[in-house]
Amino acid sequence: MSEMAAEKKKQAAPKLRGDMTKWEWTLKEMKVNRIGYFMVAPFFLIFIVFTVIPVLVSLVLSFTSFNMLEMPKFLFMDNYIRLLLDDDIFLIACKNTLVFATMTGPVSYLLCLLFAWFINELTPRFRAIITLIFYAPSISGQVYLIWQVLFSSDQYGYFNGLLMRLGIINTPILWFQDTDYIMTLVIIVSLWTSLGTSFLAFIAGFQVVDKVYYEAAAVDGIKNRWQELWFITLPMMRNQMMFAAIMSITGSFGFGAVVTALCGFPSLDYSAHTIMHHLEDYGSMRWEVGYASAIATILFVIMIGANLIVNHLLSKVGK
Amino acid sequence: MKKFSLKAKRLNRSVGGDVGINLLLIIFGLFMFLPMVYAISQSLKPLDELWMFPPRFIVRNPSLKNFSDLFLLMSTSWVPFSRYIFNTAFVSIVGTFGHLFFASLAAYALTKINFPGRKWMFQLIYYSLMFHATVSALANFITMSFLGWIDTYWALIVPAFASTLGLYLMRQFMDSSVPEAVLESARLDGASEMKIYWTIVMPMVKPAWLTLIVYSFQGLWNSGSSIYIYSEELKTFNYAIQQILAGGIVRSGAAAASTVIMMIVPITIFVITQSNIIETMASSGMKD
Repeated sequence: MSEMAAEKKKQAAPKLRGDMTKWEWTLKEMKVNRIGYFMVAPFFLIFIVFTVIPVLVSLVLSFTSFNMLEMPKFLFMDNYIRLLLDDDIFLIACKNTLVFATMTGPVSYLLCLLFAWFINELTPRFRAIITLIFYAPSISGQVYLIWQVLFSSDQYGYFNGLLMRLGIINTPILWFQDTDYIMTLVIIVSLWTSLGTSFLAFIAGFQVVDKVYYEAAAVDGIKNRWQELWFITLPMMRNQMMFAAIMSITGSFGFGAVVTALCGFPSLDYSAHTIMHHLEDYGSMRWEVGYASAIATILFVIMIGANLIVNHLLSKVGK
Repeated sequence: MKKFSLKAKRLNRSVGGDVGINLLLIIFGLFMFLPMVYAISQSLKPLDELWMFPPRFIVRNPSLKNFSDLFLLMSTSWVPFSRYIFNTAFVSIVGTFGHLFFASLAAYALTKINFPGRKWMFQLIYYSLMFHATVSALANFITMSFLGWIDTYWALIVPAFASTLGLYLMRQFMDSSVPEAVLESARLDGASEMKIYWTIVMPMVKPAWLTLIVYSFQGLWNSGSSIYIYSEELKTFNYAIQQILAGGIVRSGAAAASTVIMMIVPITIFVITQSNIIETMASSGMKD
């Protein structure tokens, strides 16, 4: 409970400063604590140059036509109009991104939560081993390429071989070249690699909850593990849930590389084309930087929007 | 009360639920684990087994031939292979330690020094976690060419210094595990902030800096071809491995071996540091 007191104190602090908005007071604080600015300076300088400025630059360039050689020409909303009204592939990309993001975002998030919960029931030794098994695919670099071997399009691919031996099919299926299978397969592979940071945050979150609360809850009439999860555990790890949500959502928009590695670029009939691929296509292949910046800006708005909405929803868990 | 403490572990747990949970864990555990096993199994298969019908899941006559083939391939590459390894090691080590130093320094100031503006600085970091780097990649290319860093190590190393996830985790950990009283007494003794940061706080946040090292290292280790680098001599190990993978059927043995090498390093590091990372994640929660 001391944590809550500390939190209250923190919330109260800026209010206090709000009362004393005297310019002199701020100046005095700045002078007294000037060492703080020196300590954050190196990090923030790099952060601003390589993260903040690029976002602002993209925003500005998205209103222009720019090819990196000539001066940018101001177009105002033309790029956005072209994107939304004239670019059919962009609409396919939007649809695919939405499907991918829902599958690898919310679905992966729930899987992370569920498995972290299951794993929490195990003894510490097992917990460490199972955590490793679930977490390993997300840190192993390009090991997801093994799915390409498993679903290889010739008879030496494991699944084709298996299905042919069982007599289900006669000719090998071209898994990653068939629009019927591409999306499903890529989603499976993305889910396979998606139990990352948010999974670890949940594993840790479950361990933080004090056992005493469960005993007290049992006395108060909590009857089964689902009630325990919903009424006790989740509200107590709301903070971890928010962090994990941000990691999941941001991660769910970063699967472009997996898709490219598995299905090639561009994928057959654009069946696995996403906004990230569209951005790459116009950005680093056609050098239509202005147009690509408009795509980047839309992507940025979608990501921030999704995160803010989810954070808002999560803040209501157990309240 | 005694009844509960005796059965504390089994509180609210039905047998059916236990069975169901363990069953799900086993099914999904296999889903997660078997592809990894297959990757290892592939790397140990001699060529005739790689191209066998029907394919077998587990290798019959394991051999290390694929690994020796890989090393042979490496030794005959145009740019000496040791150069790729040096590049990856150099970029990973300099990037990781620079990140650790700058991020923990900033995290200390953001948590423990009360200077005006620190609230919105942290807010900025928090928002930056919400979007993926693909958004800024293109504009970063312009920045890099403006700085003249295209085709230098700096293009890979310096942005890694300011990875915001590291700063975020470090700040949260310091916030929850470094008591204010310790710092106050050190300040009364006349210690400078830099000295407090280096001699008191850093030893206290060992789990967090191990986590930062692991995350930063993983990111840099797995970074392959970069749009900023075009000289062959500056490319990374992962890029060279990708080239081998792209080499087609003849190289599928060596490719399988290289996949295993690429995955062993991060997994080993995680096994060693697991408990520290979990401890850091415990304080990762968003506190608003």
